[in-house]
Amino acid sequence: MQLTLFLIFAVVAVAGAVNLLLQRHPIYSALSLVTVMGALAVEYLLLGAEFIAFIQVIVYAGAIMVLFVFVIMVLNAGEVASQPRSKVAALLGLPVLTLLGIILVSRVAGPFQHTPIGLGDFLVQTGPVGQSLFHKFLLPFEVTSVLFLVGVLGAVVLAARREKPALAPPPAEKAVVAAQR
Amino acid sequence: MVPLSYYLALSAILFCLGVAGFLFKQDIITVFISIELMLNGVNLAFVAFSRALRQIDGNIFVFFVMVVAAAEAAVGLAIIIAVVRNRNTLAVDAMEELKD
Repeated sequence: MQLTLFLIFAVVAVAGAVNLLLQRHPIYSALSLVTVMGALAVEYLLLGAEFIAFIQVIVYAGAIMVLFVFVIMVLNAGEVASQPRSKVAALLGLPVLTLLGIILVSRVAGPFQHTPIGLGDFLVQTGPVGQSLFHKFLLPFEVTSVLFLVGVLGAVVLAARREKPALAPPPAEKAVVAAQR
Repeated sequence: MVPLSYYLALSAILFCLGVAGFLFKQDIITVFISIELMLNGVNLAFVAFSRALRQIDGNIFVFFVMVVAAAEAAVGLAIIIAVVRNRNTLAVDAMEELKD
């Protein structure tokens, strides 16, 4: 039962990831990533990580991907014309990446072949997560809030239009703006 | 019973697909999406180890990875908007000033 569910959603996740690579339009890539995230949320549930599974759906598949889709729509992004690549990259790219995958799977996953994971014998519920977050990891949590503040300010500064200031700029600045144009 | 190695293998495969997307795709938004795919692969490894070692810390790390990913998406997408507004293209090949 557990193995069946794992395999079904693993196949869904990998298929979504491959589709992400094959699609040429960014909006299809973004939607494939939502598929991958949904499948991974089920894997998290199988691993007993309830809190992470729900956060995955709400924050990752919900908030972050909505941001992506929103930006794709704002920019009216379409397909990018394919550029020619160097021959070395075309020849070596896929084999080297496949090699990386094989090494990762055999070296990292290989040693844990005989570590079974049962269903439901270790549930991580929201209560213990909160306890740990606000005791052991309180400082990282607070640092995170500063990170978010900086992120919000950075996003506003970067994405704000500066061409038409709301207040009339002083004459000297006007001249500079005119010169730049 | 599913062995831990299956979860790690899935995580590694997703990470490698993310690397492939990051290196091969030619529009900047898909490159950015590939970064999120890599982060998801790593998150799965965190949760799987957290489960296998019966420690809650892996779950907390995933929480922080998601937080950083959210901040990164906000700033990165703002940068993309600024870049596209200046150059009217999404192609990463068009951004090569540092080459010269």
